[in-house]
Amino acid sequence: MKRYSVFAIAREALRHHTGWQRAWTSPAPKRDYDAIIVGAGGHGLATAYYLGKNHGIRNVAIIEKGWLGGGNTGRNTTIIRSNYLQDSSAAIYEKSRSLYETLSQDLNYNVMFSPRGVMMLAQTHHEVRGYQRTAHANALQGVQTEFITPQRVKELCPILNIDGPRYPVLGALWQARGGTGRHDAVAWGYARACSEMGMDIIQQCEVKGVRSENGKVTGVETTKGFIGCKKLGIVVAGHSGQVAEMAGFRLPVEAVALQALVSEPIKPCMDIVVMANTVHGYMSQSDKGEMVIGGGTDGFNNYTQRGSFHHIEETLRALIETFPIISRLKMLRQWGGIVDMTGDRSPIISKTPLGNCFINCGWGTGGFKAIPGSGWAMAELMAKGEPGPLAAEFDMWRFKEGRFIDESVAAGVAH
Amino acid sequence: MLLLECPYCGVKAEETELSPGYEAHLKRFGPGSTDEEFEAYMFARKNPKGVHFERWRHSYGCGKWFLAARCTATLEVFGTYPAQVGEPPADIIEKIKARRPDWKGYK
Repeated sequence: MKRYSVFAIAREALRHHTGWQRAWTSPAPKRDYDAIIVGAGGHGLATAYYLGKNHGIRNVAIIEKGWLGGGNTGRNTTIIRSNYLQDSSAAIYEKSRSLYETLSQDLNYNVMFSPRGVMMLAQTHHEVRGYQRTAHANALQGVQTEFITPQRVKELCPILNIDGPRYPVLGALWQARGGTGRHDAVAWGYARACSEMGMDIIQQCEVKGVRSENGKVTGVETTKGFIGCKKLGIVVAGHSGQVAEMAGFRLPVEAVALQALVSEPIKPCMDIVVMANTVHGYMSQSDKGEMVIGGGTDGFNNYTQRGSFHHIEETLRALIETFPIISRLKMLRQWGGIVDMTGDRSPIISKTPLGNCFINCGWGTGGFKAIPGSGWAMAELMAKGEPGPLAAEFDMWRFKEGRFIDESVAAGVAH
Repeated sequence: MLLLECPYCGVKAEETELSPGYEAHLKRFGPGSTDEEFEAYMFARKNPKGVHFERWRHSYGCGKWFLAARCTATLEVFGTYPAQVGEPPADIIEKIKARRPDWKGYK
């Protein structure tokens, strides 16, 4: 596959762009593979990529029900940060954030990582204490964050109303090296790199069953027939429970809708990401000028990829209070994705009751930021059969043993 | 917009009047139960894509908890019923079977 470079752009400009190649191939499935990944979203593709790159396993198929990156990878608000409280979360999210820094070079694909800084507002005294504690924890974990004053908040984001009537801003947790990325490009970049390594990305192919013998998976039944495999990775956020059920086990996961929306494009007015967890909303400005807005999940089990209007209303009410200048903005698009929520709001990267079947799920509302780190850890687990240091704490048996990685309190609700 | 009829006050309540309470008919386990039972009670939800029995509270109405049968894939509501029952009433089960012939049943 030809490399993308400034010279390639110049060359193609001179010949009317007739020489660009397809970024990935669309092969028919082979009879069997060394490893099959179910789910060609960011996490699935990243898993395949690091299986090939770090562990030399390249006879891999990535099977996707719809189109690649068409699930939550294409539906999130693209925030990348690693300011978590618990050591195991900070480790995997920080690994992920640091991989994002060089991802465009690694993949030879511009994922538009923009380390513009992520600010989490503290608007109650409880939150001030919570974020100061997180900043101290981050210092010990080697994650660069700081607790900043309201004056610094105003300097960094002048459109923010720091003395609002209900919840004045009392400070903020600031991660200068966090930011945003281009969500689709992350999936596309990984897909192109996987295809280049000779892996098969099989789209429009739904898994209908998991075949196993003597406690080991032998392959998957799909709409394109049976495909055999030596190892199976299930990476299907939103439908993890369904695929796990096919494999014969139940996950401590519930599916709920999370919505996001964008406004009409306006001139640049904020160059950081702001999250306001007390009033519950977060916002950043895309390169196109749209304000990208998200809030909390809807409150009931749902697989419809659409949510309830009053949740958007709640989010916008919160953000208008925080950013008065957006009160007259028109909203252009609104959508929903189905997220896996676990009991402790932390992900599962785990072995399963089937010896050669592994699962990566439960990223809840914060999966995008974790894509490279999650893929890295999942590939290590699949290649060696045992979790490496990044995934060690995230097994699915922690719920039975009470080893929770409790981030639902630490991270507020926005994740 | 989800509309559920409160079985106590008969009001067809709209979602903003209600608070969701997730899966219904859980068998509770406490001290003396095994780790597996307790984990299943605490965390292992059925989470079906399809017919789901769940708890709702008419929080801005009569304030009482009731139960609902709803499809998580289409948001279709099959019916609501009072919470003081061990399992879904027969008429609700019949309604679901009529609408979902391939439904595998409540268990």
